[in-house]
Amino acid sequence: MEKITLASQLLQYLITGLTVGSVYAMVAVGFNIIYNVTEIINFAQGEFVMLGGLIMVFMNVAMGLPLILAFPATIVLVTVIGIIIDRFAIRPIRRPSVLTLIIATIAVSILIKGTASFIWGKDPFDLPAFSGRNPITFLGAVVQPQYFWVMGFLIITAVALSIFFDRTILGKAMSACADNPDAASLVGINVKQMILLSFALSAAIGAVAGITITPISLMEYDRGAMLAVKGFAAAILGGLGSFPGAILGGLIMGSIESFGAGLVSSGYKDAFALIVLLVILFFKPSGLMGSIEISKIKRF
Amino acid sequence: MLRIAKLPIAVFALFILVFPWTARRIPAIEHYPDIMVFAGIYCLITIGLSLLMGYAGQISIGHAAFFGIGAYISGILTTNYGMNPWACMLIGMAVTAVVAALVGTPSLKLKGHYLAMATLAFGIIIFIIFNEETQWTGGPDGMSGIPGLSLFGFEFDSVERYYYLVWGVVIAAFIFTVNVIQSGTGRALRAIHASESAAGAMGVDVARFKILVFVYSAVLASLAGSFYAHYLNFINPATFDLFFSIKLLIMIALGGMHNIWGAIVGTGLITFLSNEWLQYFEEFEVIVYGAILLFVTVILPEGLAGVPGIVKGWFRR
Repeated sequence: MEKITLASQLLQYLITGLTVGSVYAMVAVGFNIIYNVTEIINFAQGEFVMLGGLIMVFMNVAMGLPLILAFPATIVLVTVIGIIIDRFAIRPIRRPSVLTLIIATIAVSILIKGTASFIWGKDPFDLPAFSGRNPITFLGAVVQPQYFWVMGFLIITAVALSIFFDRTILGKAMSACADNPDAASLVGINVKQMILLSFALSAAIGAVAGITITPISLMEYDRGAMLAVKGFAAAILGGLGSFPGAILGGLIMGSIESFGAGLVSSGYKDAFALIVLLVILFFKPSGLMGSIEISKIKRF
Repeated sequence: MLRIAKLPIAVFALFILVFPWTARRIPAIEHYPDIMVFAGIYCLITIGLSLLMGYAGQISIGHAAFFGIGAYISGILTTNYGMNPWACMLIGMAVTAVVAALVGTPSLKLKGHYLAMATLAFGIIIFIIFNEETQWTGGPDGMSGIPGLSLFGFEFDSVERYYYLVWGVVIAAFIFTVNVIQSGTGRALRAIHASESAAGAMGVDVARFKILVFVYSAVLASLAGSFYAHYLNFINPATFDLFFSIKLLIMIALGGMHNIWGAIVGTGLITFLSNEWLQYFEEFEVIVYGAILLFVTVILPEGLAGVPGIVKGWFRR
């Protein structure tokens, strides 16, 4: 039996924090994609994560599809849900103001939550870990193999997104909408399609986050709201709209939560990230990597 | 002079006056006055929230927390320290005002809807505190034995008596709020809603007005919380969760954000839906609420208050 030292304990908190933080980072990136194109905060962002987890459980456990098939099938399904949300809840709004758009996303989020509790009930579901559950001991800290999958997918998502936004025409068109939708439509970019694409992309990223975290923390129907608000806290911490900021913000947020729960109080585990959110709004609303100039142009 | 249309408020007051008397004589709706007490308590919250949403153009997804702070301050101070309930009500309102100013000031000074997320986070934090600080709040099991209300020896111990007390306060708050809307403050608020920069250019202190409205709405929610605690004699954290805040939002959106009468109608409808008509749906009522909110946002952006205009439009064609 190895002796648990304070150092290994702290390392354990850090690793757990970075894993959970990777999920918050993915949620924050999802927020930013939609925010950059539409200036709305999508309150249903956490529901994509919940759906990703539960649909994956359905595909992988109930239907018996192998991982390699169930994974992309789940992402496609959640992406379709994202597209449906834009087509039937966001686009039909006749006089869109930021206020009504936010309310619409809140409506969507409780609709999804209610439907999920209808389909799956209220119990949490487990998903087999991608490569087993034999923990690796690393400097006295216990690391689940699934942790690497979560962090790995954060890296894959980040790289794929930066290639998409910097190297492809479609990605550049989306960035153009983010800068100035009127100017973008003048040069022939279909802004409506870009909004649709932003919902699809951020649903897909949410699904990835949900699929990878479920083997660690299980998944149930009402997890979405908390994930959304923590992901938003991460996005604000990093600077709303900034992708590197979102990833940094997520990892910091996850670590704060993990250390807070371990060292201060586990009952208040969920409160730490939210307190940090309020503190940032108080002292540095532009976040770590956001720019004040850009936030002045935005309506939100 | 009171700046309010006198006929509608008189009709409304008359309806409130005779409702219990009528309902008691119809067996099927005999228990409706009890539900109306809850509707009245919720109306106190939505009157303030409607001012915040419809006139200051901001949303709060954390008013359940202010409702809860009022309820718990009343509950704890009267039950554990035997203090006068009316004094506790005022203490609750004062504490809520300070807390609301602390939460609202930073987010309302920013442009846009940071308040939505700040209040969401704040609401969840307060909910966690209600659950965790067991020595004060009784934790998830809640606290019971909260005394009822009495004034100069008159006990508000029956449903009817409490009904008239609550609705009396609601009508007073309503008249006061309508007066605010009609005053210079109200014009400033509407100007802010139309265009913040234009209002600012005309010399309206935009942030100050928004904070003022936010604090006012929070104080009303706290008052409602105190009434809730003394009516039910029991409170637990589940009442003050995130979903209650969203329900308040649905009440206002359903009635019509830009119409304070809408807040009353929407609150009444949703209260009856959740306490009575949706009993069969059990937990799936969430789907119904989601559908209502989405329907109103997409199809009826002005809520039920916009329906007369739409109907008129049909006839003109």
